[in-house]
Amino acid sequence: MAETSSPTRTDARTADAPTRREAYEAGVRRRANRIALISTVSVVLAIVLLVPLAPGWEAVQRAFFNGRVFAATFVGLLDAFLLNVMIFAWSAPLIALTGLVIALCRDARAPALFPLRLFGIVYTDIFRGLPVVLVIYIIGFGIPGLGLPRPWNSPYIWGTLALVLVYSAYVAEVIRSGIDSIHQSQRSAAASLGLSDRDTMRFVVLPQAIRNVVPANMNLFIALQKDVALLSFIGPVEIFRQAGVYKSLYANFTPYVGAALIFLALTIPATRYADYLMNKQNRARS
Amino acid sequence: MTAKLSLRGVRKRFGAHDVCKGIDLDIAEGEMVCLIGASGSGKSTLLRCMNLLEPIDDGTIWLDGQDISEPGLDPQPVRQKIGIVFQSYNLFPHMTAAENVMLAPRRVRGLSRDDLRPKVTQLFTRFGLGDRMAHYPDQLSGGQQQRVAIIRALAMEPQIMLFDEITSALDPELVGEVLDVLRDLRGQGMTMVLATHEMGFARELADKVCFLDAGRILEEGPPDALFGAPREARTKAFLSRVL
Ligand SMILES: Nc1ncnc2c1ncn2[C@@H]1O[C@H](COP(=O)(O)OP(=O)(O)O)[C@@H](O)[C@H]1O
Ligand SMILES: [Mg+2]
Repeated sequence: MAETSSPTRTDARTADAPTRREAYEAGVRRRANRIALISTVSVVLAIVLLVPLAPGWEAVQRAFFNGRVFAATFVGLLDAFLLNVMIFAWSAPLIALTGLVIALCRDARAPALFPLRLFGIVYTDIFRGLPVVLVIYIIGFGIPGLGLPRPWNSPYIWGTLALVLVYSAYVAEVIRSGIDSIHQSQRSAAASLGLSDRDTMRFVVLPQAIRNVVPANMNLFIALQKDVALLSFIGPVEIFRQAGVYKSLYANFTPYVGAALIFLALTIPATRYADYLMNKQNRARS
Repeated sequence: MTAKLSLRGVRKRFGAHDVCKGIDLDIAEGEMVCLIGASGSGKSTLLRCMNLLEPIDDGTIWLDGQDISEPGLDPQPVRQKIGIVFQSYNLFPHMTAAENVMLAPRRVRGLSRDDLRPKVTQLFTRFGLGDRMAHYPDQLSGGQQQRVAIIRALAMEPQIMLFDEITSALDPELVGEVLDVLRDLRGQGMTMVLATHEMGFARELADKVCFLDAGRILEEGPPDALFGAPREARTKAFLSRVL
């Protein structure tokens, strides 16, 4: 039998040279990166080159991407956005607190507390079942319509109430799922030490549950930041309303683009951070 | 001699599944009783019934001559007197070792951290964890976590300790340090009931060994008799599998 080829030994390989497998994987990675780059560049080029060829582009550019209008309105928009931030800042803690209370109501086990449990169920069902804007309309126009004296007819109060009602229902559900996710053995351990049900919830279950649902709640609060703009329908001149005012003033839509950029500057980093937390948690769990 | 803890005809059912089918057992003060038996024979359930983590369906449990199995009885005072340690430690992961230990004494016995610190420190030191009090459970090895769980139960100053296969989840080289803790407690005269697969340990230290089979105590006796000359065929079969 003729010897065609024989495996040669490669003892001479130095310690820090890449192994065959590492070299292969590096090659695959380089190739993947190259393809991703080429395809991204071609898509961007196509948009940049082709969109301006569209017959209406000139008009759209003038209406939505007008540099002069942008410069003239941006600071005013930022100013108005401060109101969004403020409404958010006082709504968020109220929502967190109400959500926690509702979650605890829904989790009440003692028969005497059944009405609370029922209340929790009805509450979350109703407010998760309604569009936010509808609740804002009903409460924001309805309650001041009762002819309340100042300051009780303020749209800030009733708009905030509407946001709290809707968002606390979602937060309550998220917290409740967190409570459910705590393993029964933790409750067993607490009970075996003689801790009461209340203390078990307060010191053992809730702290872990709330920590587990931080990322999910962050996503809710990002949504809240956007929905604050809906209050503009009942009065407050926040950024969306302000952009509308500028639009009429300049007969130009660029202020809306400015408002969008301001929202994104806040929500994109927040969303990325929430995703990062969520991934970290998933990795820790697996 | 009246027993510290007595079980008479204890039955426990999960749905249609009879897990304890009439258990009679006496545990005297200062005695160490080992429960052995195949997985699923009802050891954990029996232990959980003893400190009322599971309500029993029939029978009676007596603690110091008091019927503690009466339906509707407040289980909390009983659980303070009967501590339990679980196979999977069940430490509270969001608290340091010391906080794990102090939570129940603070909330149930109304003691302050300052009241507790000397005694808790002494317990940690006694079990070789003096420098681990401020660590979180995930910073501790399995053996260390299990020792913290034992300290946590001891801090309630129970009169009886139940141990449910507390070394089964441990790497072999960590088993010894936990068994040493049990030896120490045995030396102090603690009344103990252990579900265990550590046959050597049971033989060395138990006063009485009970072989559980399908929810019944099929055979019980001093370790030398039960391990040396088992009467029942099923006991023999089980022992030949595990020894
Ligand atoms: N909470 C429960 N619900 C239903 N079945 C259970 C429950 N706990 C235990 N069992 C069943 O009871 C039997 C005995 O379990 P266990 O007491 O854990 O046995 P061991 O500790 O000896 O392995 C098993 O078949 C198990 O599936
Ligand atoms: Mg078991």
